[in-house]
Amino acid sequence: MEVKVVRNVLDVNAKMAEENRRFFAENGVFVLNVMSSPGSGKTTILEKTLTRIMPEIQSAVIVGDICTTNDADRLSISGAPVVQINTDEFGGDCHLAAHVIENAARQIDLAGLDLLIVENVGNLVCPAEFDIGEDARVVVLSVAEGEDKSVKYPLMFRECQACLLNKTDLLPYLDYDLEKARQYIDQVHPGMPVFETSAKTGEGLDSWIAWIRDRVADKAGLQQQA
Amino acid sequence: MHEMGIALQIIDIATAAIPPEMRGRRVEKVNLRIGKLSAVVVDSLNFCLEIATRDTSLAEAEFSIEEVPVVAQCRECGYEWQVAQAVFKCPECGSGNLEMISGRELDVVSIDIEEPVDSEMQNQSR
Ligand SMILES: Nc1nc2c(ncn2[C@@H]2O[C@H](COP(=O)(O)OP(=O)(O)OP(=O)(O)O)[C@@H](O)[C@H]2O)c(=O)[nH]1
Ligand SMILES: [Mg+2]
Ligand SMILES: [Zn+2]
Repeated sequence: MEVKVVRNVLDVNAKMAEENRRFFAENGVFVLNVMSSPGSGKTTILEKTLTRIMPEIQSAVIVGDICTTNDADRLSISGAPVVQINTDEFGGDCHLAAHVIENAARQIDLAGLDLLIVENVGNLVCPAEFDIGEDARVVVLSVAEGEDKSVKYPLMFRECQACLLNKTDLLPYLDYDLEKARQYIDQVHPGMPVFETSAKTGEGLDSWIAWIRDRVADKAGLQQQA
Repeated sequence: MHEMGIALQIIDIATAAIPPEMRGRRVEKVNLRIGKLSAVVVDSLNFCLEIATRDTSLAEAEFSIEEVPVVAQCRECGYEWQVAQAVFKCPECGSGNLEMISGRELDVVSIDIEEPVDSEMQNQSR
């Protein structure tokens, strides 16, 4: 005989993510989930971004890696509080789940904070599936990875609200078709803003930082109204 | 890559769904629905389910996976279609303002439990 169940497999995570979202909203913190394949430049972009927005925008970072505290050490130089999560304690998870973020966020004083950045584990597949209670998601793609990543990993690009095309300083050395890459991204997620950046030279970071500023200000405004 | 975690979650949900009066009966089938846009590779999931159900009450269960196509509806003109080749633009009017109708499912829909053998039925009716 058939017994009806109808339950989403990730409903436990979704529930925890909603709790996180409420907790972040109470504190008026804008939470940004930064995702990419390994080595696209997430940490380098965040290092540069933090030195330019701190202390005006009070920021903290939760960074997930399978192991090492290398990224946390690099990000701490900015003066922002950094919590490193090593997922090997959680079975080498390929993504950060909502309960892991909840634990990490408790180690940070959210009251005085405007922006909480989560650098997810380097992976273009799994993190897209897991809501962590963030306000916005962005994906970093480096030009060394090929033009067609967005159509190969559509879920990630559908789930994000902005894309950074990073390492543009390498373009002279590659046969990379920037227009084609933009076309592919636009077909998967029409209208999504794409920022061309070089975390190495700093080129293109202005419009990306302006994008963050707008969103942090919106969230702070919302909290004041509440 | 997270198929093992998903498999364990499926096993938890399916096991919890066995009504108390049916505990001990064999679960013949677990019916799943997985959207084509979800980040789950069905072959790896099957593999993980096989390993993770060993020595559990679901060891003999068959996992039946219905793959759900990615369907979108245009918010501008109402056209509904099955998305292919990761083109998320309305083929009628070109708009990218879409409502996703299906494709993200990751659901345990139902479980099939073996019918009680006759002697058991008699026991119950007594
Ligand atoms: N040429 C160039 N190199 C870059 C740029 N951004 C990052 N890199 C280099 O790329 C490598 C990886 O950068 P990370 O910032 O560690 O990348 P990540 O995405 O944080 O990597 P994981 O956290 O391991 O997934 C480093 O050697 C960086 O110096 C860039 O814009 N141009
Ligand atoms: Mg990093
Ligand atoms: Zn349309």
